[in-house]
Amino acid sequence: MNRKWIPKITFWRCVFALIFLMGLYVSYIRFFKGLGASTNLNDKVPWGLWVGFDVLCGVGLAAGGFTITLVVHLFNMKKYKPIVPSTVLSAFLGYNLVSAGLMYDIGRPYRIWHPMRFWNHHSVMFEVALCVMMYTTVLALEFSPMIFKRLKWEKPLRIVKSITIPLVIAGFILSTLHQSSLGTVFLIVPGRLHQLWYTPILPLMFITSAIAAGLSMVIVESYISRRAFNKRLELDLLAGVGRAVLVVLAVYCVLKVKDLFNRDAIELLFDGSHESKMFLLEMGLGVAAPLGMLAVSRIRETQSGLFISSVMVVTGFVINRLNVSITGMISSSGVKYFPSWMEIGATVFLVAMGFALFGAAVKYLPVFPEETEQETEESLRYLVPERRPVMTP
Amino acid sequence: MSKGMLIDTTLCVGCCMCEEACNEKNDLPKCDESDLSACKFTKVFERGDYYVRKMCMHCEEPACASVCPVGALKKLKEGPVIYYEKKCIGCRYCMQACPFQIPTYEWASAFPRVRKCWFCYDRVMAGSQPACAEACPTGATKFGDRKELVVEARKRIAENPDQYHSHIFGEHEVGGTSMLYLAAVPFGRIGFKSNLIEKPLPLLTWNVLSKIPDFVLVGGTLLGGVAWIINRRIILQDERIEEAERKRNAGEPTTRSGFFGRFGKK
Repeated sequence: MNRKWIPKITFWRCVFALIFLMGLYVSYIRFFKGLGASTNLNDKVPWGLWVGFDVLCGVGLAAGGFTITLVVHLFNMKKYKPIVPSTVLSAFLGYNLVSAGLMYDIGRPYRIWHPMRFWNHHSVMFEVALCVMMYTTVLALEFSPMIFKRLKWEKPLRIVKSITIPLVIAGFILSTLHQSSLGTVFLIVPGRLHQLWYTPILPLMFITSAIAAGLSMVIVESYISRRAFNKRLELDLLAGVGRAVLVVLAVYCVLKVKDLFNRDAIELLFDGSHESKMFLLEMGLGVAAPLGMLAVSRIRETQSGLFISSVMVVTGFVINRLNVSITGMISSSGVKYFPSWMEIGATVFLVAMGFALFGAAVKYLPVFPEETEQETEESLRYLVPERRPVMTP
Repeated sequence: MSKGMLIDTTLCVGCCMCEEACNEKNDLPKCDESDLSACKFTKVFERGDYYVRKMCMHCEEPACASVCPVGALKKLKEGPVIYYEKKCIGCRYCMQACPFQIPTYEWASAFPRVRKCWFCYDRVMAGSQPACAEACPTGATKFGDRKELVVEARKRIAENPDQYHSHIFGEHEVGGTSMLYLAAVPFGRIGFKSNLIEKPLPLLTWNVLSKIPDFVLVGGTLLGGVAWIINRRIILQDERIEEAERKRNAGEPTTRSGFFGRFGKK
């Protein structure tokens, strides 16, 4: 009868339905039979894919949120305003998925609120937990105008808008803290994390790479959104983001290389071990190649060039986080680890949920500017000098 | 007084009485794991010609207790590092951070606990010795004040320099541990970690963590200041434009148009 409520069956919807069913099954096993039944983790490898990918990568890839809001609201670079809503949305979704991933990973998920009550300020993890909780709240507030606009609630909208600047500053500080602290987490394992990755400046490495990857993620998301939702790609704007990626990536590259020299770890690079290969892969794919591509403005200013180099940065970033949390820890643990299909399944499920929620938000909320001609003109106004001519007679 | 145990691997005959006493004391289920596990808090390993007992080292400044976000692990001044099951959220950072890879987990359970030797905390607090030390028939495990045990260990090395490798494992490793080991050969050869630093591990993260309040204060003020300056400049600029517009509409000459205006009108 009510035909429009039954979704049309398409290939991607079938895939999504399958992933959803698998996710339900994996969740059942995980929450009712325990970690042993669902993962390949053991006493020697207590952290696996869920910490390495769902948490470390999830948090890092959402770093576009605080960078873009800072640049737009604080440094007043209005040019980048059109991408703020989608960036904030994806950061907000990202953090919620990280929390969901944590629910899978921690042994007693119903106690996830414990860090709020039992404090241990000597613990990096405690600091990360508090920061992530607070930053998720900040993101929720930054995201809320989209909902208020849709519901036409004027008063809350005004209130939230009036505290934008404090929110952006809080967001920046909280993000810098926990992004770098995810690196600090590994400072406590000097004898165990492989020498290629263990360095006293791990926190600095983590924050720098997170900014580069977060900004690349903004480009990747914009590109995919354009394909999926027929939204226009603000190429000149994204090329600007690409230039920022280039700068941050260059800083990261210098840090990495200099750090290897400082610690006399450079010869480890070519000893042919599994670790050295993974390190070279991470640096080659995620840093050197995109650096080369982004440095050439003819490549940076084309859609495909920008997209491919951003995908490379993101991939390299993911490899880096997995290297630090898994590859670098394996040899000292003395056992082998490869994620079970259920660990991979839960991760795929969460990522798919992210896509679905993003799609739903784009459909029902004003995430992308409407593409009427007038609006286009409006958004292009930044090209015209702001200062109105005052000296015309 | 901080208590400790001196484990002299040259005296251990591998009878496993300590293991049995431990299992009994802690009501551990029977299992045949090859290493420490949720059902085995201590285990005797055969390493070459020697037997080496492995258990929680009860570090003086334990990494596990410092990393736990909810403070579920705690070092008591009496020596033991104990575990509050009711606080634990199961993040397993303690297992990752432990330089000796000691804490184990109840992987099969839907409500898992972290499991490790707790230095028979109840017995130590009551003034008696842990079950394993009491059960040891050869005196390979000796319970006592840590300081006195260090003196004792030094004496044993000094009296029989040929019999002992001149190093007390646990005296300085990762800032010192409540468990002290003696051996006839270098420790690396009988399965001990040889790449441990002498600094307490929690210092490594505390160096970074302790700077956070400064970072928040300085960063917040700096960003707030930058925001204020930029905002102020925009307001001033708008005001200037408005002013100029108002003057022009009112027919008043603005500075520059006034200057050029005079020439123009002439």
